[in-house]
Amino acid sequence: MTFGEPNFIGDFVRELSPWPELALAINVLLAIVGVLAVGIGSAPILIYMERKVCAHVQCRLGPMRLGWHGTLQTIADVTKLLFKEVFSPKGVDAIMYYLAPMISLTTPFFILALIPFGENWQVINLSFAVPAIIAINGLGLFAVLLGGWASNNKYSLLSALRGGAQMISYEVSFALILLFVVMISGSASLNEIIASQSGTVFDWWIFKLPVLGFVGFLMFMCVSTAELNRAPFDIAESEQELTAGFHTEYTGTAFAMFYLTEYINIIGASAMGAIFFLGGWQAPLIGIESVDKILLMIPDVVWMFAKIYFLIWLYMMFRWTWIRPRIDQLMSFEWKFLLPLNLILLAAGAIFIAVGWVL
Amino acid sequence: MTFSKYVHAVITGPISLLKGLSVTLKYFFNPKRIVTEQYPENKATLKMHERFRGRVELVHDEQNLHTCTACSICEKVCPNASINVLATKSMAGKKILGKYLYRLDACTQCGFCVESCPFGCLRMAHDFETASSDKGSFEMVLNKTEGQW
Repeated sequence: MTFGEPNFIGDFVRELSPWPELALAINVLLAIVGVLAVGIGSAPILIYMERKVCAHVQCRLGPMRLGWHGTLQTIADVTKLLFKEVFSPKGVDAIMYYLAPMISLTTPFFILALIPFGENWQVINLSFAVPAIIAINGLGLFAVLLGGWASNNKYSLLSALRGGAQMISYEVSFALILLFVVMISGSASLNEIIASQSGTVFDWWIFKLPVLGFVGFLMFMCVSTAELNRAPFDIAESEQELTAGFHTEYTGTAFAMFYLTEYINIIGASAMGAIFFLGGWQAPLIGIESVDKILLMIPDVVWMFAKIYFLIWLYMMFRWTWIRPRIDQLMSFEWKFLLPLNLILLAAGAIFIAVGWVL
Repeated sequence: MTFSKYVHAVITGPISLLKGLSVTLKYFFNPKRIVTEQYPENKATLKMHERFRGRVELVHDEQNLHTCTACSICEKVCPNASINVLATKSMAGKKILGKYLYRLDACTQCGFCVESCPFGCLRMAHDFETASSDKGSFEMVLNKTEGQW
């Protein structure tokens, strides 16, 4: 919610309400409802999508029975999950044990609040959004560690330590790759990063900075997959070794919160990918007048979600294609390959900007 | 790891990853490759593939004749004794097949009988809905005419 700034929805509420305090309250409520709708509403869609993508990659059909092509299956699953018994094993610290999923679920909503889903569809317009996102990501790591430690289970503890080591390592690359985009676009505000890519498709950062933009995009996908704890980098919950990892002991709603976190985090990460490299909510204009007019008729929110879902589909293809590296391979990949490459990329980007090799 | 090996790994690694991705993308965008059968719904059109092994069947031609000589190799080769070949004598005193007894409930569909038959008169049928509530129906006589020749 942007106080006083020109905003379509905010102005509408301010005009209608008899006194300003009420408008403030309504705007806050609208913001909360909007973020919750994007976060919780997309989770069942993503679970359904994951099952379908997985099935088609493996020459299967996936859920087909409940509703048209199994669309009601996830709703049934989620309902079942909510009615399960919440159970904690013997000897756990109850406060810590139940605090972990709560912290875990809080973090992705923070990130969703910062993301502009359209020109007017943003809760907070921070001028320092990129450092804020990096800081909030660190809180998610805390939930993983706490959940694993509080479970009083050796597998959970091992998984938490692995997850912690992995996420701390990849946080470095993640921050550097965001810094790369901040450097070339000249702003840490997400809105201004999007504004720096306005124009045709070739003004998006993936193409605008020749070669480097594409390399940066690939590295972002790689690093964010590791940040999300998703396969092929799902070291923290590698089923074959650690049962389910840090959320082994959680049942019912507490487990659902961890599960939900995972999927909302995917939305957040793909939204960042779309904003940093694919032009955010801007339509993919190609420079031909008549085609561009048609493309501009589609609202910006639709374009943003199309880009987000395209990136999510990519994450899913990665997950069901590639195999999981060992923990030591994962670590050496980060410290011996990604980090040096990131620094080179940063330096090369600076040179490109200084010399003016920008499309 | 030497530096040249490192550079080699950096170049060949992504190529092999892309090869894997191309396979899954091919599967993803090609619905014809899906092997799942929507079983009860497609009962009418479902066609079993060639190598499916249902119950054992004695091959009969148009005149309901079979080529079994009651040599009982299949009976001996059957690992769980689900086949009994009962021979009789024809009018001329020749050994012919009387009853070919087959017990589906004891059969594991291993196909040894089909492989061992020297006259090729056995085959695995393609019917797969063989469940029944009547235990007696699992014991069947495979030859349609008794004591032919």
